[in-house]
Order: sequence, then C-alpha cells, then structure tokens
Amino acid sequence: MFKKLKITCDEATTICDKNQYGEATTLELLKLNIHFIRCRICSLYTKQNIKMTKIYKGHSKTCKQVTHCMTTQDKEKLKKALEETSI
Amino acid sequence: MADQQNTINTNKWIDNYADYLFNYAISRVNDSNLAKDLVQETFFAGLKSAKNFQGKSTERTWLVSILKRKIIDYYRKINSKKGKAEVRMNFYESGENEGDWLEERVPQSWDNASEKSIETEELRNQLEICIDNLPEKYAMVFRLKTIQEFETEEICKELDITASNLWVIIHRARTQLRKCMEDNWFNN
Repeated sequence: MFKKLKITCDEATTICDKNQYGEATTLELLKLNIHFIRCRICSLYTKQNIKMTKIYKGHSKTCKQVTHCMTTQDKEKLKKALEETSI
Repeated sequence: MADQQNTINTNKWIDNYADYLFNYAISRVNDSNLAKDLVQETFFAGLKSAKNFQGKSTERTWLVSILKRKIIDYYRKINSKKGKAEVRMNFYESGENEGDWLEERVPQSWDNASEKSIETEELRNQLEICIDNLPEKYAMVFRLKTIQEFETEEICKELDITASNLWVIIHRARTQLRKCMEDNWFNN
C-alpha cells in the first residue's frame, strides 16, 4: 500500500506546482506530505515555490491593469490592407 | 418570436474590434508584433469567410472565434518546431535514480528572501526576463495560467492540449523560473 504512495522528487514538485493553483487532489497532497518526510530538498522547493507564487500574483495584478491598444498608425495600415483585399 | 440576426459590416471592423482583438491576442502571446499579425490574419480570414457568417453570434464573437483558431495554429507551430533545439534544462535524474533531483540543480537556500520578495519594478523586470527566457510554448502556457489566471479547462480548450500536458508544462516552466530567479535575483 505504501509503495503506491511513494513518489519521485519530479512527481512531488509537479504536485506542489499544481497545488499553487489549488488544483492538487487529496490523494496527491497525501503523497506529497509523505514525500516530505524523507525529502528536505522538496520541502525547501515548496517553501520557495510559495514565495514565487506571491511574486507571480503581484506581477499578475500589475499586468492585468494594462490594456493594450493598437496605434492609430497600425490601424490605418490595417485598414488599407483590408480595403485592398476586399477590392 | 423571431431570432434577431446579426449582420456583418466590414467597413467598421478596424474601428470597432481592432483594439479588442489586439488586447485579446497580446494577453495570450505577449508579443506586440505577433499580436498585430494575428489580428490582421483574423480580419483577412473573416473577409474571406464573411459569406459563411450566419448571424447567430455577434460579429465580435465570430471574429474572436477566428482569432482563437489562429492562436491554436500558432501554438501548434511553436510546439512542433522540429530541429530547433528546445532550451530546456533537466532538473531530475534519469536511469536508476529516475525522478530524483540532479545534484547541480538542487534548490539553494535564499538567505535574503524576505527582503528580496518585496515587489519592485526591478523584481518585475527580472521576472519578465526569466519568463522570456523560457521556451516559447512554456512561456505562453505559464502566462495564461499564472499571469492571466485563466482556468485550466479554458487553456486546454484554447490550445487544444490535455490537462496533464498543461501541468507538465507548468511544472517545467516554474522549475526553470525558480532557478532563474535564484541565480539572478535571490542569490545575486
């Protein structure tokens, strides 16, 4: 039974990443926590990952506030190109 | 009650939809020139198939659906670029110790992490540099999921990939980003 719960560091960190978005399953979290008992490196990865998530969230907030628009020049070019195509 | 039919007016497309489509494209591909090209291709494709517009959706929805296809095509193109070496670091062993950390890639402790985690313009710039250094498809999926905060299902639908494929990409992207930030920010 315990063999089924054993995972590699690659799998553990994948679950940890998934969990940063709240999308890891209960079984996956159980496997992850069992893995932590024997692996300090993955525990450190997880701590740092949580920090990185906070940084990503801050960056996301800033990025989402920006609305991108096409320049008037680009729009004019596009208009001409469309007119030429539709003729 | 008769259904209201939407009609097409191509003369107004640029004024009415260019900005919306451009913003839609850039939030997915994060490249202004590429976004412009995708919008242009969308309008051209729209013109070509204007006859097929049935008026069941609005013009904008119809154009967005064309743009979505263009984005999928683009994603497939960058995903299948054969011969072009993917700049992907390996973090885990193969063979007997498969899946264990490679010694040289083991995370290092960040001594000044709390001080360095304070959000500044400099931090954001470094983060952008690290994201831009990712393989293009990783950067695209990472931005959609983490920066634009799209639902997993939506990304899978938009890029025509499976959920497990998405998580593998996210994992590889985040592992590389963590390493890049460790080398260039936290332990610099």
